Amino acid sequence: MSAKAIVVSGIRKSFAAGKGSLPVIEDVSFSVADGEFVAIVGPSGCGKSTLMNIVAGFEPADQGTVRVGGIEQSGPSAKGIVISQHGSVFPWLTVQENLMFGLNGDGHGNKADLADHYAAMVGLKGFEASYPHELSGGMLKRAELARALVVKPDILYMDEPFSALDALMNLRMRNELLRILDEERHTVLLITHDVEEAIYMADRIMVLSPRPTTIQASFEVELPRPRKLSSPPAQALREAILKELGL
Amino acid sequence: MSAVVVDRLKRVVPSLGVLATVVAVWWVVVTATQSAIFPTPWQVIAGACELAQDGSLWEHIGASLFRVGVGFGLAALLAVPLGLWMGWVGGAYRMFNPIFQMLRPISPIAWIPLAILWFGVGDLSPIFLIFISSVFPMIVQTTSGVHTIERRYLRAAANFGVSRTVLFRRVVIPAVLPEIIVGMRIGIGVAWLVVVAAEMIALRSGLGYLIMDSRNAGNRYDLVIASMIIIGMIGLMLDSGTRLLERLKPVRWRYVR
Repeated sequence: MSAKAIVVSGIRKSFAAGKGSLPVIEDVSFSVADGEFVAIVGPSGCGKSTLMNIVAGFEPADQGTVRVGGIEQSGPSAKGIVISQHGSVFPWLTVQENLMFGLNGDGHGNKADLADHYAAMVGLKGFEASYPHELSGGMLKRAELARALVVKPDILYMDEPFSALDALMNLRMRNELLRILDEERHTVLLITHDVEEAIYMADRIMVLSPRPTTIQASFEVELPRPRKLSSPPAQALREAILKELGL
Repeated sequence: MSAVVVDRLKRVVPSLGVLATVVAVWWVVVTATQSAIFPTPWQVIAGACELAQDGSLWEHIGASLFRVGVGFGLAALLAVPLGLWMGWVGGAYRMFNPIFQMLRPISPIAWIPLAILWFGVGDLSPIFLIFISSVFPMIVQTTSGVHTIERRYLRAAANFGVSRTVLFRRVVIPAVLPEIIVGMRIGIGVAWLVVVAAEMIALRSGLGYLIMDSRNAGNRYDLVIASMIIIGMIGLMLDSGTRLLERLKPVRWRYVR
């Protein structure tokens, strides 16, 4: 079993609601291969983020297991870094200090050099000494991406990573992410409500049903890169996915 | 004149105008009523100069600042670690919060009889009163600072698997630092209020003593008002001093926008 593969089997999760319990996830199983980019799309409120929290180790499932590289997940770890909508770049640290935050212990060589290397990779060269409040939304997202990459995680968990950005920056960040993934092959699990974003980037798209959620359909995206969303096959795929979502 | 200077002037002129109006009205009223006891602004300035020249003014200011420094310093040394602990550990919060919330609304002035009973009329009494008045706001502010750390930052720290020490040093403390500074501003403000009140009761030095002594020793209202103005100016300086802390780079994020 490769270290970067994820195997999710039989996940169930309910939340307490008043006197009863509200089932949110009902028997979800799937796997993500080493280096694969899998997108999960679903209607809002279907439990996408809960599923992500469970897979990334931030919340326990009621039933079922998550195995990463064959080992059962028991909590968050630096092997899988979460990048979420609102971001979590520490506002009290400079870009460089943020990037060095996850570099604990020895064996990283010169930490500042490593941080600067990744800052340059995401296009933040010259901003290493800046504080987050001095950066734009897109630059903050780059900083967060670089902070994740610098610890060399096996997996990137992305929960609507670009949805707080404006439309133009959203498109630009998709390309940036793909460029970086060409340089450093990470396994990616992307949660999104944006079907086009999923088609543009993912190797495979899973569609979740409304709550309690199950995997309703799965689509291989066999389009050559760089992808054109206006191409007939991409449009056909979009139609098919939207149909699954009831639109 | 450069644009910057003009801009600065535009900001300062209105507040100076208000100040000048107050002084002018005061002067006119005192002159018109021919008050025998209430001084004119000029008499106040003359009185202040007199005190400054014989050196006693500086001794009183020094005494008051010393008491505030020690009392506030001790309070900060206790309040910040205690507030962090209470904010982080739920059990500590439940244990201590009720009694602190009960002690907090008691006016420091109400402690004066106890202070005299326990510490006499030396320096220790006002120091104790300053301590008791500034420690609770700082504890409360620090604790609430820990409680309001955004979860996404704690999650990110957990994600990178950092040790508890790193979590505290690099995430919790910097996240709370702006609240600690707010607590210190409140604390030093209260401390300055209290030292003057405390010095009015006993002691033979300090700006509070100067006010009472000037009144008792021959109705020197010029010195009373001079002291009041000096107290106000020092209070303003103390507040501006703690405000400078808000400009520090690692806390700027909290005050921008």
